[in-house]
Amino acid sequence: MATLSLRNVTKSFGALEIIKGIDLEIEDHEFCVFVGPSGCGKSTLLRMIAGLEDITSGDLLIAGQKVNDLPPDERGLAMVFQSYALYPHMTVRDNMGFALKLAKVPQAERDVRVERVADLLELRPYLERKPGALSGGQRQRVAIGRAIIREPSIFLFDEPLSNLDAALRVQTRIELARLHERLGSTMIYVTHDQVEAMTLANKIVVLRDGRIEQVGTPMELYHHPVNRFVGSFIGSPKMNFIKGRVHSVSDAGVEVLLPGGGTVTVPVSAPAIAAGDDIDLGVRPEHLDVDDAGPLAGTVIVVERLGNETFLHVEISPDLILIAGADGACPLQVHDRVRLSVLAAACHVFAGDGAALPALARHPLATNPI
Amino acid sequence: MTMRRSRTSLIAGIIGWVSAIAMFFPIFWMVVTSFKSEIDAVVPSILFKPTLQGYVEVNSRADYVSFALNSVVESIGSTLLALAIGLPAAYACAFYPGKRTKDLLLWMLSTKMMPAVGVLVPIYLLFRDAGLLDTRLGIVFLFTLSNLPIVIWMLYSFFKDVPTPILEAGRMDGARFWTQMRYILIPISMPGIASTALLSIILCWNEAFWSLNLTASRAGPLSAFIASFSSPEGLFWAKLSAASTLAVAPILVMGWVTQRQLVRGLTFGAVK
Repeated sequence: MATLSLRNVTKSFGALEIIKGIDLEIEDHEFCVFVGPSGCGKSTLLRMIAGLEDITSGDLLIAGQKVNDLPPDERGLAMVFQSYALYPHMTVRDNMGFALKLAKVPQAERDVRVERVADLLELRPYLERKPGALSGGQRQRVAIGRAIIREPSIFLFDEPLSNLDAALRVQTRIELARLHERLGSTMIYVTHDQVEAMTLANKIVVLRDGRIEQVGTPMELYHHPVNRFVGSFIGSPKMNFIKGRVHSVSDAGVEVLLPGGGTVTVPVSAPAIAAGDDIDLGVRPEHLDVDDAGPLAGTVIVVERLGNETFLHVEISPDLILIAGADGACPLQVHDRVRLSVLAAACHVFAGDGAALPALARHPLATNPI
Repeated sequence: MTMRRSRTSLIAGIIGWVSAIAMFFPIFWMVVTSFKSEIDAVVPSILFKPTLQGYVEVNSRADYVSFALNSVVESIGSTLLALAIGLPAAYACAFYPGKRTKDLLLWMLSTKMMPAVGVLVPIYLLFRDAGLLDTRLGIVFLFTLSNLPIVIWMLYSFFKDVPTPILEAGRMDGARFWTQMRYILIPISMPGIASTALLSIILCWNEAFWSLNLTASRAGPLSAFIASFSSPEGLFWAKLSAASTLAVAPILVMGWVTQRQLVRGLTFGAVK
């Protein structure tokens, strides 16, 4: 069990800077997810923590000890790779016991520990098989077993679910959450899938271009994104952005002029914003409602029915298409004219530079900022 | 459609058989000739009375076993030495490439593009001064050096096929260079290493230029043994054929037995 700290950590390949100064604290028992678009540096950062990549500058501390120059196996970490990276020529038993063998743990003890982990992961019947004779899900469990057996203080996961099919991915995600609960270890998990991030994490780190955009609990990122990028990255379907103009600023918030003439007053504080400024109004699909009295009028161009809910793609103007969440029983069809209302309290206002204006009241599920 | 396909495969079959026979015929003729008397050998006769005369004379004139032993020691010895140097070299090139790794590999290969005779005099003088002339050790060194580029290239391409995450998983599990080699890399690329070794043994076995120039009776391999029967006072075809048959038989048998392995290795991991 351990905490992990990154202090102004950078990574360069030649002149190319991949990681541009990361400061981060990961607490004991935490499930921390690094999320971001491909190329944001999240995997590189994980590999630096693992010891598979050198740290160009800055400090990496595990349980208060600087470990920049320790080899991977001496950092007390275990890693689960995206491709599983099982040893193809070894049986499941040998795969899981390899680290113990190298650590000169006697055969008898090794067998006991391998079998205990195999029982935990329901791998007992497959111990004498080679990875080639296992299904994708079983290989994944062997890879996790190989990590568990070393009893690491911190687990590292590099997109471990991306090679599984959709149903197995959901199931394994739940198993991972339960495993975290049971083992109580610190886990660091890299993914580009924001659903995995939202469901697994206590703490999400959103990365872009080698920098941290925001760190917070899933609900904090969802309800209080600090900028437009985080707003659009977290949440599915994506947040809608409406170009608007500030009509007036008051204690109640910012009144935004919508295309088509209506206004909406968003409860955010706006010290540096004045009437007439151009801003982006961020509205999640679930905060747009079909409402005959709504200020936004448009035509339905796509209807996505998921059964329990329906997503309507509504063309307000040729360069503005909004996605609105509606009831599963919504009878609207393509080409129907529709009016939408905006749930003002849940909207976000992003200034010209993309930064979010702080909300006047925090969402009850996101009251404790990290 | 089926007509055309069967005609294409018929033509392909004919071409295949013709080229196979064309390649195999000299060897076949050599084996046949080795069982002829010298008279039958000079006049290319189809019908002849088989005799072991050629083999008997060859064995009475030269010590086949000692030449064969030299061939075995020199080709296996230099192959082992080449692997001992080539494995770490290929590991470095495959897993820790630098800016100049490609250049380095090409440069190694370029040494094979030079005609060997170009360095005959310096090598001869070096061998003479080092006392390596007509020694097994000298030939092992030379064979090692001359095959090293090919050995490194082949091992390099096999190592390139090993997924890096497997080695990284090994590093996470505590495997350093030697443990990585022993428990992960060598077992995984064993088929590739085996075919590299086979090719190296075959190349060494068939090598003639350096063996003829740097060895005599003590360290001479089988290629020198054959050459000693092509004498200036006139060729004795039956004896020469018998000597050649004796020389190529072991490697031919080995090649036959291991041909699957060899073919797989020589496709350079192109087919997974």
